[in-house]
Amino acid sequence: MLKNRIIPCLDVKNGRIVKGINFVDLKDAGDPVEQAKIYSDGGADEICFLDITASNENRNTIYNVVEKTSKKCFVPLTVGGGVRSVEDINKLLNCGADKVSINTAAVQNPEVVVESSKKFGSQCIVVAIDAKKNGDKWEIFTHGGRNNAGADAIEFAKKMEDFGAGELLVTSMDRDGTQVGYDIELMSKISSKVNIPVIASGGVGNLDHLVDGIKLGNASAVLAASIFHYGKHSVKEAKEYLDSKGIPVRI
Amino acid sequence: MNVTIVDYNSGNISSVINSFKEVAKNRVNIEVTSDLSKIKSSDKVVLPGQGSFKSCVDALNNISGLVDTLNEFAINNKKPLLGICVGLQMFADVGYEETETKGLGWIPGKVSKIDNQNGKYKLPHIGWNQINIVKDSKIFKDIENNSHMYFVHSYEFIPEDKNVISATTDYSSNIICSVEKENVFGTQFHPEKSDKIGLKIIDNFINL
Repeated sequence: MLKNRIIPCLDVKNGRIVKGINFVDLKDAGDPVEQAKIYSDGGADEICFLDITASNENRNTIYNVVEKTSKKCFVPLTVGGGVRSVEDINKLLNCGADKVSINTAAVQNPEVVVESSKKFGSQCIVVAIDAKKNGDKWEIFTHGGRNNAGADAIEFAKKMEDFGAGELLVTSMDRDGTQVGYDIELMSKISSKVNIPVIASGGVGNLDHLVDGIKLGNASAVLAASIFHYGKHSVKEAKEYLDSKGIPVRI
Repeated sequence: MNVTIVDYNSGNISSVINSFKEVAKNRVNIEVTSDLSKIKSSDKVVLPGQGSFKSCVDALNNISGLVDTLNEFAINNKKPLLGICVGLQMFADVGYEETETKGLGWIPGKVSKIDNQNGKYKLPHIGWNQINIVKDSKIFKDIENNSHMYFVHSYEFIPEDKNVISATTDYSSNIICSVEKENVFGTQFHPEKSDKIGLKIIDNFINL
């Protein structure tokens, strides 16, 4: 039976881990390579790096981090943030990333998704959707949550599936950093609309939120940052808790 | 000993390289090349593969003499070869991803899309799934039955001769995820991404 995945996410800036609250107010929480190794040794099903301010800054630090991590961690590594072109994807994959997540470029130039999924295979193309509720719908944002692209998140999700995305990483911007739980409605709407796996992100504050993301949000995988790297819970604890709630996990 | 990872522009092979180097340390030389003479002279060959069946077969055919060299290595000389993911799928006679494409024909059978039961199951089949070992394969030495492996694929290899199947995994149907036919080994899952247990499979292959 396929297991639900737990994915610790490390937001990386200039080669260091940070975690913002609602995408701002960054705190330094350590070395990404070392932390990734701790997570994979602790049973993380996958590791995710998001180079959060990469859209505006020098990106070379992330290549270095990915290269070092991929020589130490032998679980899948997803890297996103500031990925603009097929060449950027190629570079990250060559550094040892297994999947690349595309956010802004997927909105502004969806051909990147078509082209890269053809060139490298859908299995390594993750489209990251940052969505914010507006009335009874969700709008997508780009540039690390700074620009409102206006498009409907659920329709966009479907379009990305059609364009060749292998997975969707859906972040609720309303919830990100708040620790009040995933936007379950958003997750379940997108998950029922597409036939590719959805990774829920944004807002985890306790282990029940992970359970809800899977049981209520129908996510295939749950991503969380702060509950893991501020030491509130270990990945192992999270898995044991999910297991106790009847969710299939790899233990 | 030399183990060659065939670099034929089949997509991302960094993880395969990293994992083999991690396991090999200094005792085994890991080559990453499409150089035909190096492949011929190596002791073992790893055939990775990402992307579509067609794109991988095309990429193999784009390197003049590569398919012949692999045939000679695995079929005539019967030296150990491990195919990973699409690398395994290409053992088949034919694949149906994108369009009907002829495979290497080493193990009679076909590669077709996983039946997702009208959308009930998500595709790709991504994540950790348990393997059910159905045959004592040499690469499963000290691997416990029901171990978790990392998968990411939408197509499956269906061999005609069920005796070649060494492991299956349970998704929308019972998916064949490992084969062994004499000196030819294949895994649909990614040992290079399957943590310590995956590295053990790589170690087993290197130690054959």
